[in-house]
Amino acid sequence: MTQQPLDQDLFKVVGGSDKDSDALAAKSVSFWKEVSLRFSQNKLALGGIFILIIVVLMALIVPEVSQYKYSDQSGVYNAPPSAQFWFGTDELGRDIFVRVWAGARISLLIGVVAALIDLIIGVVWGSISGLVGGRVDNIMMRIADVLTAVPYLLVVIVLLVVMEPGIIPMIIALSITGWINMARIVRGEVLSIKNQEYVLAARTLGANTWHLILKHLVPNALGAILVTMTLTIPQAIFTEAFLSYLGLGVPAPQASWGTMASDGAKAIADYPWRLFFPAIFISLTIFAFNAVGDGLRDALDPKLRK
Amino acid sequence: MFKYILKRLGYMLLALFVIVTVTFFLMRLAPGSPFASERNFPPAIEEKLNETYGLNNPWYIQYKDYLIDAATFNFGESMKYKARSTNDMIAESFPVSLTLGIEAMLIAIGMGVLLGVISALYHNKFPDYAATIIAVLGISVPSFILASVMQYFLAYKLDLFPTAGWNGFIYSILPAFAIALAHMGFIAKLTRSSMLEQSNSDYVKMARAKGLGKWKVVFKHSLRNALLPVVTYLGPLTAGVVTGSFIVEQIFAIPGLGKHFVQSITNRDYTVIMGTTVFYSIILLFTVFIVDILYSIIDPRIKLKGEKKS
Repeated sequence: MTQQPLDQDLFKVVGGSDKDSDALAAKSVSFWKEVSLRFSQNKLALGGIFILIIVVLMALIVPEVSQYKYSDQSGVYNAPPSAQFWFGTDELGRDIFVRVWAGARISLLIGVVAALIDLIIGVVWGSISGLVGGRVDNIMMRIADVLTAVPYLLVVIVLLVVMEPGIIPMIIALSITGWINMARIVRGEVLSIKNQEYVLAARTLGANTWHLILKHLVPNALGAILVTMTLTIPQAIFTEAFLSYLGLGVPAPQASWGTMASDGAKAIADYPWRLFFPAIFISLTIFAFNAVGDGLRDALDPKLRK
Repeated sequence: MFKYILKRLGYMLLALFVIVTVTFFLMRLAPGSPFASERNFPPAIEEKLNETYGLNNPWYIQYKDYLIDAATFNFGESMKYKARSTNDMIAESFPVSLTLGIEAMLIAIGMGVLLGVISALYHNKFPDYAATIIAVLGISVPSFILASVMQYFLAYKLDLFPTAGWNGFIYSILPAFAIALAHMGFIAKLTRSSMLEQSNSDYVKMARAKGLGKWKVVFKHSLRNALLPVVTYLGPLTAGVVTGSFIVEQIFAIPGLGKHFVQSITNRDYTVIMGTTVFYSIILLFTVFIVDILYSIIDPRIKLKGEKKS
């Protein structure tokens, strides 16, 4: 079979160049840009952000501009909501509207600081445990196991009896076991990342440990850490309310949402508004943090990528 | 399998020992004594009381006694409520908490899985948002608020349920819901995300391509696989729910076990603290253990450690 030489004229450039093919492909979007795009499409999460902004603003402004102070006793006891006292007054005649926002300061402060402490201890503990591995890992994780197994209440009561009740002991009480969850998650992330090929490649190319941690481990674990942290804050606010209900909350005249709600819960049959207002704002805030955390998790999850 | 079970039982004993030890020293670190809240005793009586309960012995003797008590499950008499043995207190109140707990678990699992499936099937549509909001609300409202509000509206204002007490099934409905809702929300979230993961997998696409209906795919195929994470959550859930929720039990005046956990600690009732702690730890360790074994039965891909690789 003889093969006819192909006529080169049959093949010619009809226009367009390699450069144009770039224009046809989807724009390359960086990971975090894509995450923020997906996050901004999540209405529930955006609603959460909106609620949080309002709560924080009100907490900052209201106690400063209100005619009442959170500890002022007006002389009108257990008044229902009215034009003078928007949310009514409590058993000592204090204005509940101001107390709700003064309480927001304390509850948010406790929640955020406890979550930050959990973050720091958890990340350090978890990444050391995951990176070093072997016996060190085993011992560090068993310590965490024991801490979760001991009755939490016993730990907290010992702590709060030894120290005077207040904001700082409350934060310590919340973080004493709170960091364990973060440590477990970071360890899991580190374990799964450190054996991946690109880390091995970086190692082969001579990257040192710090480079590995800062350039590979932290950015890749950041998503999980961020999600855990937004979900730790509502957990802390929740636990603070629980401890307040047991009478271990911040001492009077200071108020947190937890102490106000637990005082209110005991008087619900006669003065329901004393529970309802703090309860609404605790639930709204926890709801908002949870919605934001879930939204972040969905946005960061590569499996849900379109 | 047998070797694995033995190994796990060994670990459980070790864990119990550590928990008992840490609890013992924590108890002793807490200031106050079981007799502090009563009227001022003459010193001679307090001395006598301390002697009867062995509180004058050096700590290592007390520690040894505690270990022996814990090993034989004989925790002795309550230091606060005279002539009541710790074992009787647990035996009396545990069935109440157990009944309430099982009810709460059924509600939590049933409704949680249903909500999760609905929101996965209608991903990013209205039913998904509705189910997610219910789930997140369940997680967001602290149980004492939920319990108080339900009690106020459903029992006190509308008179649909008894306000408080423990006298039959109708009394258990509100408290069971109050305990269940938070867990329900959690289970709904777990189910939703694992169902979503399944719906991207090949076998589900295949089943859909064959022409199976949406719900049929769920019940025949994807739900079984999607429930694995929920099964993991069942261990801690059972232990927590069955041993009673202190707050809900207090609000509805239910004579359950939760009360003893908290009161024994605030009263420094050493014997009861130890009894309830050991009891709780055993239930927790056992449920986690059972869940692990269940897990390997449900999912044949999971091999228990120590089992021979075939």
